Amino acid sequence: MSTPTELKFSKSHEWVKEEGDVMVIGLTDFAQSELGDLVFVNLPEEGDEVEAGEAFGDVESVKAVSDVFSPVSGEVCEINEDLLDNPAAINEDAYGAWLIKVKNVTDTEELMDAAEYDKFCESEK
Amino acid sequence: MEKKTVLYDKHVAANGKMVPFAGYILPVQYEQGVIAEHMAVRNGVGMFDVSHMGEIMCKGPDALKNVNHLMTNSYDGMYDGQARYTTMCNEHGGTVDDFIVYRIHEDEFMLVPNAANKDKDYKWILEHQIGDVTFTDVSEKYAQIAVQGPKAKDVILKMVDPEMIPKKYYSANFNAKVAGIDCILSRTGYTGELGYEIYLPVEHAEEMWDAFLENGKEEGLIPCGLGARDTLRMEAAMPLYGHEMTDDISPLETGLDFCVKMDKEEFVGKEAMEKNPSTKTRMGLKITGRGIAREHMDVYIGDEKVGQTTSGSHFPFMGGAYAMAILDKKHAEVGTEVEVEIRGKRVTAEIMPLPIYDRKKR
Repeated sequence: MSTPTELKFSKSHEWVKEEGDVMVIGLTDFAQSELGDLVFVNLPEEGDEVEAGEAFGDVESVKAVSDVFSPVSGEVCEINEDLLDNPAAINEDAYGAWLIKVKNVTDTEELMDAAEYDKFCESEK
Repeated sequence: MEKKTVLYDKHVAANGKMVPFAGYILPVQYEQGVIAEHMAVRNGVGMFDVSHMGEIMCKGPDALKNVNHLMTNSYDGMYDGQARYTTMCNEHGGTVDDFIVYRIHEDEFMLVPNAANKDKDYKWILEHQIGDVTFTDVSEKYAQIAVQGPKAKDVILKMVDPEMIPKKYYSANFNAKVAGIDCILSRTGYTGELGYEIYLPVEHAEEMWDAFLENGKEEGLIPCGLGARDTLRMEAAMPLYGHEMTDDISPLETGLDFCVKMDKEEFVGKEAMEKNPSTKTRMGLKITGRGIAREHMDVYIGDEKVGQTTSGSHFPFMGGAYAMAILDKKHAEVGTEVEVEIRGKRVTAEIMPLPIYDRKKR
């Protein structure tokens, strides 16, 4: 799978897509591959505040719990409820299975573009 | 510095995800992943490298006396090749490790400790041995391969004279020949399925591994890693040292009464256990709320803490989150609704009997 070029990427392996004023956040393909079969997802609620660089939820594989970090600060305006019953969707299509949408974005971490992210992943292997 | 088992190259060649475990580098999973590997063992057959486990030989006129002294179980009245599971306790009644102990002859036994504890165990045994006996740590000489699942027998029948297969569960043939290789063929396992554990000289391990891969193709045999090993043993309610028992947890607190023979004249830890009868027991928990309970999470009824989980996960065959917990006996009734504190959040669960998975009830 090639890394989508319209997205931006964090060092903790989240992707960000701009949809107007709203930031859509998910986990990258590299992340899902490292995590293994996902069996559970813990998401915040609509209206919750998230902060750039801080965990907003976690995903669980059979073996471990992993925090998911927000690349932006703002307010959660939508969560992907499908993931609550079907966490494996993240493994099947990491760039399609978004986790949360954030509005009123006040701060953003330094993010990489697709090419920089690919290089970053190579160095992590 | 972690060690490699003799099968390390095989795991790397099969794209195993290598992780440190008990002082060794072993695969936590291969390409198909933990869930697929778990289900292969439940529905077909899977193969594990368990060469990291220890083997300690016990030989001499006082061999039987020693195993009865060191271990909580009784080793009287056994036939050659028979095995019994046991704990080895300290003077406070806590657990040093759990073992499978085989009687080879009346004056010779093989003890199989956990990989993580084998050096500690050997030291303990040397410090507590009595009379005329010799204990030898032969772990470096042996590799061990486990083949588990309803189709395990179909596979092994292609590789061994049927007469050589032990007739009973928890017994071994110390003079078996599988795939032309001299080995110890044991009908034991850590998965809750039918299967075998094969102890063999390290020089032949790769050959045996390949022989199983070849002969198991038809049955869909795949190598399985530590991840599946853990979920399988949890489903079958098999204890893991460091979780269900520790230095401070007695076998009597964790439902292992069956391997503690209080009518033996003596064994290390007996006095302490007599003075402190257990007020706890181990039960299963079905997580009914949203969350996955794992080890060392507190269990509540209302505001009262009634115990702690010892192991837990998403159980692939059962299709949900379950756990094992050590609970106060007075609150341990099946059907009781409790709450487990999962990373700061209370999640409902229901007490159920063990084992959570029972292959006989499928």
